[in-house]
Amino acid sequence: MTNGWTDIANADVILAMGGNPAENHPCGFKFVMEAKRKRNAKLVAVDIRFQRTAAVADHFVQIRAGTDIAFLGGLINYALTNNRYHEEYLRLHTNAPFIVREDFKFDEENGVFSGWDEAKGQYDPTSWDYEYDENGYAKVDPTMQHPRSVFQLMKKFYSRYTPERVAQICGCSVDDFLKAADIITSTYPPDKAGTIMYALGWTHHSFSVQLIKAAATLQLILGNVGRPGGGVNALRGHANIQGGTDMGMGYHNTPGYIPIPKAPHQSLQQFLEAVTPKALRPNSVNYWQNMPKFVVSQLKAFYGDAATRENDFAYHLHPKLPEDPATGRLENWSWAFIFDHMAQGRVDGLISFGMNPVNNGPHTRKVIYALSQLKWLVVAENFMTETAYFWRPDILATIGKKPEDVKTEVFVLPAANFAEKSGSFTNSARWAQWKWKAIDPPGEAKADQEVVGRIFMKVRELYQKEGGRFPDPVLKLDWWYTNPYAPSEEEVAKEINGKDLTTGKQLPLFTALKDDGTTSCGNWLYCGSFTEEGNLMARRNLDDPTGLGFFHNWAFNWPANRRILYNRASADAQGRPWDPSRPGIVWDGKRWVGDVPDYPATAPPEQGWGAFIMIPEGVARLFAPKGAFVDGPFAEFYEPLESPVPNLLHPKRSQNPVAVVFKTTEWDRLGKAEEFPIVATTYRLTEMFHYWTKNNPYLVQLQPEFFIEMPEELAAEKGIKNGDVVRVISARGEVKGRALITRRMRPFTLNGRTVYPVGMPIHWGFIGLGRQEGGAANILTPTVLDPNSFCPEYKGFLVRVEKA
Amino acid sequence: MAFEPTAIKAVSASVTPAPGIKNVPEVIKLIDVSSCIGCKACEVACQEWNDLPANVNRPFFGSYQTLPDLDWNFWQLIKFNEVQRDGRFIWTLAKYQCMHCGDPGCLRACPAPGAIVQYANGIVDFVQENCIGCGFCITGCPFDVPRLSPTTGKVYKCTLCSDRVSAGLEPACVKACPTKCLSFGTKDQMLAQASYRVEQLKAIGYDKAAVYNPPGVGGTHAVYVLPYGDSPEIYGLPRDPKVSFVDVWKGGLRWLGNLVIFGGIVGAILHYLRFGPRRVPEEEPVEAGAPPRPAEPVPGDGGNG
Repeated sequence: MTNGWTDIANADVILAMGGNPAENHPCGFKFVMEAKRKRNAKLVAVDIRFQRTAAVADHFVQIRAGTDIAFLGGLINYALTNNRYHEEYLRLHTNAPFIVREDFKFDEENGVFSGWDEAKGQYDPTSWDYEYDENGYAKVDPTMQHPRSVFQLMKKFYSRYTPERVAQICGCSVDDFLKAADIITSTYPPDKAGTIMYALGWTHHSFSVQLIKAAATLQLILGNVGRPGGGVNALRGHANIQGGTDMGMGYHNTPGYIPIPKAPHQSLQQFLEAVTPKALRPNSVNYWQNMPKFVVSQLKAFYGDAATRENDFAYHLHPKLPEDPATGRLENWSWAFIFDHMAQGRVDGLISFGMNPVNNGPHTRKVIYALSQLKWLVVAENFMTETAYFWRPDILATIGKKPEDVKTEVFVLPAANFAEKSGSFTNSARWAQWKWKAIDPPGEAKADQEVVGRIFMKVRELYQKEGGRFPDPVLKLDWWYTNPYAPSEEEVAKEINGKDLTTGKQLPLFTALKDDGTTSCGNWLYCGSFTEEGNLMARRNLDDPTGLGFFHNWAFNWPANRRILYNRASADAQGRPWDPSRPGIVWDGKRWVGDVPDYPATAPPEQGWGAFIMIPEGVARLFAPKGAFVDGPFAEFYEPLESPVPNLLHPKRSQNPVAVVFKTTEWDRLGKAEEFPIVATTYRLTEMFHYWTKNNPYLVQLQPEFFIEMPEELAAEKGIKNGDVVRVISARGEVKGRALITRRMRPFTLNGRTVYPVGMPIHWGFIGLGRQEGGAANILTPTVLDPNSFCPEYKGFLVRVEKA
Repeated sequence: MAFEPTAIKAVSASVTPAPGIKNVPEVIKLIDVSSCIGCKACEVACQEWNDLPANVNRPFFGSYQTLPDLDWNFWQLIKFNEVQRDGRFIWTLAKYQCMHCGDPGCLRACPAPGAIVQYANGIVDFVQENCIGCGFCITGCPFDVPRLSPTTGKVYKCTLCSDRVSAGLEPACVKACPTKCLSFGTKDQMLAQASYRVEQLKAIGYDKAAVYNPPGVGGTHAVYVLPYGDSPEIYGLPRDPKVSFVDVWKGGLRWLGNLVIFGGIVGAILHYLRFGPRRVPEEEPVEAGAPPRPAEPVPGDGGNG
């Protein structure tokens, strides 16, 4: 989230799209209801079906799965053509005035940007850039009238997204779209603010990053970013998934979003040069210029005394992403690639913690096959899962194998659950909140750090005894904890915060970090969370002097206890808030006050530093230059990889040209609309949490069985009655479940043709209470990924439905 | 029930106790239907607080609604109805439970001394030790709320968490509600809050918004704010509930009532010992979009155990 849960209550308009917050974030949804009750806020829900959020929305629009960029593009066009944009904000806080290179083009007929190489199947993004002056700074036209200014290019780009075109693509009515557009763009005046709440309905696409970029573009046009009641707010799906992301859970970065070094970065110097950006405007703070401080402090935290100035702070021990010898490209070890590599026999073992990949998918059968290629599998879990039991006859039967065919050795380690261990949870709002163990774990179940600690100590012992090809990264890792077999949560939290190595004191904030090896810090964003004052994540003070829900003495909000990111954008050039009743930060003549400023705290507004201090331009990017995203600088609508209709904007290029499509196993298949005419989507239910709560009798009672939601018209056509068992078949496999026939899902009319949607929740499988009969929705989903985030396309794939 | 005797207002089949001197305010659970997201936290909180077993193997019946209707172990149920209204499609999400009537038909109908108690704060509670399982309360309830357990032969329903309330806490469902759809407080506070919310809803276009606090049952201690207040039935609520059974009982046939009280009660017990409890009436109209009610097996020997 750019903002936070409590801040949703400050919004005038809330767009819930690509998410179903009432369903999946019921506790956070209280702030939506508060905005409605206290501010008369308008809630617009856009989704593939009328769901719980729609039930309390002021306006609902049903759109076809995967057409969100068309809808958002339509909103952008509506705002730009009806003068419903915040012009002063655009000029001051975005790159709308920047001038783009002459050779940047978008081929409207063929649906590709300049630099497209059909043979290689990728873009050369050289032309996606600004024009620069002699000092290396981007040229700007403050009037935004230059034909190659970002503003004019954007206006032209989105002029194709007319209300009629949006309605044709999305399958909604023009009136429904226009009513939504009228409400959503009503926040363009400076004293109005609107927010967007989204979740996996936007991230689960082969164009997911561009989709979120489209949302950010809309919010910037309306002047809604950096302000109380505004922002682009990702609703994270697990209690600590934000914390996991912050701590380098992805393969491509280390804690604090520091890129993982790549094979060509042979020295620390080379690496730092590659990852430290240079300012693109004279007034850009360009905070990532401090990257060397973050990196060196992190290396000190990792390798301790073994990291010295003389040895480049043990950079030689630091993992580097290798090049794939076959392709010459860097290896990809994101989620779906891990299982693809595994299916090819390139992986010996897997340690699976807190996840259930057989059900998580996509494409359950491929995952089961991949696991069967392992030599060993370790599963640390609260309950037995489909992954731990993948060798069971009923589960292996889905890939036509028997237990005796599988040689994988499986170890199950009982793990403590969330209530059985202390530590911190970082929520969607970036609040790191300390929690305390409620009860001891049962039996031999252990907290994660003990499982990891014991494995690490054993591995280190083996390296000590037997040596190995490269033992130093393990032997020299700074494992300083009082109990190395079960490091305490406090010690780990202190290490993440970091300390001054000359005084031994905890650091107060990341501004104290140095690149000379005198500070250590596990994650610069969490520097300030556990200081000499103590564990600030454990704070529980409800003081709210501004009444805007900042709660600065509740927990710790990274970065720097800041509640709203980019909050300098809440004020005009003179430092006056756009809306005096909802100030983010205000210049009081000496310093910025209000929220913790996302800005040099004592820099007067006349100095004119850009509000977006993490971006080299100093302003927000409507146009993302230099291949920031591999599929284009503007968000363009592409159909999902499996789509019932061609892309009406450019039928010659319906899909994202650089989407990742696997062709490894026999199940890596895509279906065609002739065979699979129905658009399917997976989703989650409020009654369940992933594949975990199917072990809880109260929740199983609330939703006892796998079901497929479908419109009445489809059911009538197929002779299906409510509650009947139906088969759903995709190119990857089939599942059986009960039909839930509803008027909350309606057929679409696309190009004069009727297209039916169906939807199914993901929470069932083979193991658990209630009726677990293999109704795992991800048996159907394709192994297709977004080319930037490598997130699978769980939403918007093709199936057919039959009465069983 | 750990209530002090002075806080009791009425007891079934008994003389009304002498009024206490304590000034006990009446309480109300307010249900603002416009804020309900159907999350079912209230349903589970109720079961967990009251240690009620879960129906793990309940059948799927093609709805998001947990059960077709209330059950002996399921005292709070959110009803999900798909309705077309004023050219607009709506999915009503409305919690259903005991209304804790000001004039409780169940209590009036109950022949078992001390089986149903109305406290001075308005809570109507069943005392299972004294329940004879006759089912008169089921017939007497204009909201069709009480449910007979086939295993214990006793009748159960929402207690408005009388145990929590007596300890100064809100009911479990209110505590669990994430959207403030449910509130709990004194009658005055809650009715004022309800009126305020109705005015808010009217201001944003729900011109039929209304408070549901039916006078036919003496007002209730579960009060609703309904966005479409002119159509309570779309939320699964009766339009104009009345304690009709009680009117007969307490009106012209009072002599018959006296006869029953003084002489017939033994006969009634013997009758039910012989023939078992009454079935739950099934002739109730099915709401638009409401799921069909499956036949519920009621063992013939229920109530004899």
